[in-house]
Amino acid sequence: MPRHQPATPAKQHIRPMPVGWWLKRTSYFLFMMRELTCVFVGGYALFLLMLVARIGEPDAFAALLEHPGSLVFHVLALPFVLYHTITWFNVTPKALVIYRGEEKVNPVIIAGANYVGWIVVSVALIWIAWIAIGSA
Amino acid sequence: MAASNTTTSNAVVTMDVFRYEPDASELPRMQRYTVPFREDWVVLDALNHIKDEIDGTLSFRWSCRMGVCGSCGMMVNGEPRLTCNSFLRDYYPNPIRVEPLSYFPVIRDLIINLDHFLDKLEEVKAWLIPAEDRELSEGEYRQSPAQLAQYKQFSMCINCMLCYAACPAYGHHSEFIGPAALALAQRYNMDSRDGASDERADVIFSEEGIWDCTFVGECARVCPKNVDPASAIQQAKVEATKDFFKSVLVPWGKRQQPAESR
Repeated sequence: MPRHQPATPAKQHIRPMPVGWWLKRTSYFLFMMRELTCVFVGGYALFLLMLVARIGEPDAFAALLEHPGSLVFHVLALPFVLYHTITWFNVTPKALVIYRGEEKVNPVIIAGANYVGWIVVSVALIWIAWIAIGSA
Repeated sequence: MAASNTTTSNAVVTMDVFRYEPDASELPRMQRYTVPFREDWVVLDALNHIKDEIDGTLSFRWSCRMGVCGSCGMMVNGEPRLTCNSFLRDYYPNPIRVEPLSYFPVIRDLIINLDHFLDKLEEVKAWLIPAEDRELSEGEYRQSPAQLAQYKQFSMCINCMLCYAACPAYGHHSEFIGPAALALAQRYNMDSRDGASDERADVIFSEEGIWDCTFVGECARVCPKNVDPASAIQQAKVEATKDFFKSVLVPWGKRQQPAESR
């Protein structure tokens, strides 16, 4: 039974949601693209798990990385994962609102902190990889 | 184009208006009207011109015509707008399509059924419930400017429902409590004088509450009062998540049982 019992018994016209609703407005389309990116984020997580499964076998590990299919997947996934990251970083100030007295902390600072973290982690990873290659 | 030229010119605007007359036909239709173009007219002025001069059967809601009452929300060229705030000159010379707010049932012409919305406002208890009743002699409930700043933005809502007409999550699932009612619930939860967030929790934290929101963000964009319901809902999601972890990880962190409803 519906929770809401409309008080108006009069005839009314219900307009159905069109199937292509997400094509009717650019912002809806961009939203659906952001939703679609989760497929590639999930796909990349799966790829990482496959690498972890081969961690004791250097040849199989390298073979998976060099496989043409994995290259194609990476090229395809990169723009989607970048779009995922950037769009979610940019909306963090909506969920994380910090007040300093009566003033809101500038949303640009909150979103920017994500980018700083992203750069720091990326540089650290490259640095570790660099050292690992050097010692190999 | 200077205003003095256009008021004396014979410029006209074509208006395509959604008509639904349940007694005459089961199906809605679009009706075309031609109205004079005036530099200082808004869409609501054009609708009133139609009703006064061309076709008295056209029905629509309006009241203050100054962006305060929230009655005249309609779809203008597919965009949820306050028609008192939408100038003809921004559309001229293109035709203007006026339809009732999306996703709501239509009762007649441009008039939607807003019963569901009013029910939802009641369900989330969108009013101040003080933590403890005080005698009048004890004076007012005091609040600092910093405490006011926490919720002030969400208190600007005029219940115009443009955010619902912009929300595909509401379009797909009309049981969704929706942007405005959730933002108002959050407004009272964040008010230092209010003590009823536990009473609101069951409804707000339910599937039909904040978790139906997929964060499209359109509610914030179309809001004529910059309420940003999307932000209110995401902040409530953060609160709900913290609440969950507290109740699972900290033995004494369990949310109190809702008090007797008042």
